[in-house]
Amino acid sequence: MNAVEFDRITCTFAGAGGSYTAVKEVSLSVAQGEFVSVVGPTGCGKSTLLNVTAGLLRPSSGTVRIFGEPLSGINRKAGYMFQAEALMPWRSALENVTAGLEFRGVDRAEAKRRGEEWLARVGLAGFGDRYPHQMSGGMRKRASLAQMLILDPPILLMDEPFSALDVQTRQLMENELLELWSADRKSVIFITHDLEEAISLSDRVVVLSAGPGTHPIGEFPIDLPRPRDVAEIRLTPRFIELHDRIWHSMKEEVLKGYAQTKNRVSA
Amino acid sequence: MKRRMWIWQLVLLAAIFGLWQLLTQPGLVPPVFWDNPDRAAFFFGEPVKIFRVIWDWFTDGTIYRHLWITLLETVLAFGIGAALGLAMGLWLGLSPAASALFDPYITAANAMPRVVLAPIFMVWFGLGIWSKVALGVTLVFFIVFFNVYQGVKEVSPVVLNNTVMLGANRRQLLRHVYLPSATSWVFSSLHVSVGMAFVGAVVGEYLGSANGVGYLIQQAEGAFDINTVFAGILVLTAFALVLDFAVARAEKKLLVWRPSQSETEPL
Repeated sequence: MNAVEFDRITCTFAGAGGSYTAVKEVSLSVAQGEFVSVVGPTGCGKSTLLNVTAGLLRPSSGTVRIFGEPLSGINRKAGYMFQAEALMPWRSALENVTAGLEFRGVDRAEAKRRGEEWLARVGLAGFGDRYPHQMSGGMRKRASLAQMLILDPPILLMDEPFSALDVQTRQLMENELLELWSADRKSVIFITHDLEEAISLSDRVVVLSAGPGTHPIGEFPIDLPRPRDVAEIRLTPRFIELHDRIWHSMKEEVLKGYAQTKNRVSA
Repeated sequence: MKRRMWIWQLVLLAAIFGLWQLLTQPGLVPPVFWDNPDRAAFFFGEPVKIFRVIWDWFTDGTIYRHLWITLLETVLAFGIGAALGLAMGLWLGLSPAASALFDPYITAANAMPRVVLAPIFMVWFGLGIWSKVALGVTLVFFIVFFNVYQGVKEVSPVVLNNTVMLGANRRQLLRHVYLPSATSWVFSSLHVSVGMAFVGAVVGEYLGSANGVGYLIQQAEGAFDINTVFAGILVLTAFALVLDFAVARAEKKLLVWRPSQSETEPL
């Protein structure tokens, strides 16, 4: 049984200048324990797909199945890591990490214990009493990661979570994510516009077309051995070969997406 | 430099009072403008006599009762006004229908000069503290209300979605996202709203009461005792400064999670 299954998902938004179809007839599945990256040109509706999986957005047509069950309302089996800052600024790092447990009514002392444990696991031991504004961008992302993982969701939805970080911090975070993931192999949908990031992390890369009416135009299994080091694996011949192949299939769409964005800006 | 500035500020203050004393002391300046040498003192008072009045107030203890009444009215007006503004702001901020219904009334009520309500409040609540509290409440309410309303509208949708994904229900969202966010807006308007509560209290006392610093001023004015009027104004000014200082301290304590300019780290 697949963890996530899209069956001809279409999302249409009503806007000022008529309706806009962000994604069209998308069918896609993610197996249990599979790490799938979704790449595509900017503004192609990648986040829309993730929001549909999370249950934050209802598709205009089509169904989403989570472990075989049609999704209605918020997806309680998924954790979501957003691209933008999502920590509650009025809560310290520890209070942010334990928020989900608190909402579930977990005992305060128990929540604190598990929170400290997760802070240590993402490398934030001793920073529990810091408020988000007192942390660096990388530390905030670690806190977000712990905040999501402490609830142990079987599905992880990640929307360009590391795009705001500098290259070094980013590779560090990617390695740590892989390490945490390999411990219990959750199903992951990882959205990114960075093909290298997608290949180095995933079991499979899905390439989306440019919008409007985004749909998958290619799927590429990534047969690189695990465990991987994201910085080193980029230099292997197999990686370069895969990168080459996927890039060729993407290139046209990226240019199309770029041209559309340019037209939209100049219009 | 900062220390020196402090000294110069004191020097300037002394110079102002010195000049004031020189220009108003009967017989000191030749009567070029007024034919009566006492006239300047009659209109502008004499600092020496003003300070004598203040000295007497504090040494014989008559002022404390009045200060206490004014403080009590200010605190009550602020507390009640802020609570009502917070509740109403949350409600209208979260309910578009209610907001649309009340919008013209809120605008009208805010545009109305609230001081004209003072006589009505006298009739309703008598000459005691409650008519002054009511006047202060009408002033504080709108400041807090508009801030909270704005605060609710501007809650980050990412933080909101993240909290939903962490499993918060509607009540938990209100308690853990909307309320803290709104409270921070209340505090950001704290200086203005406490100032308004103070204005309400003093104006109310001035218009009719048997206690409070505003009452002292009104009594002295009735007797053409300009020195006592100025003494009252100086005491009120000092009192307002103390109040503002207390607010600044409270603000610093309660909003530790808020970034101050120097503390914020770039991403």
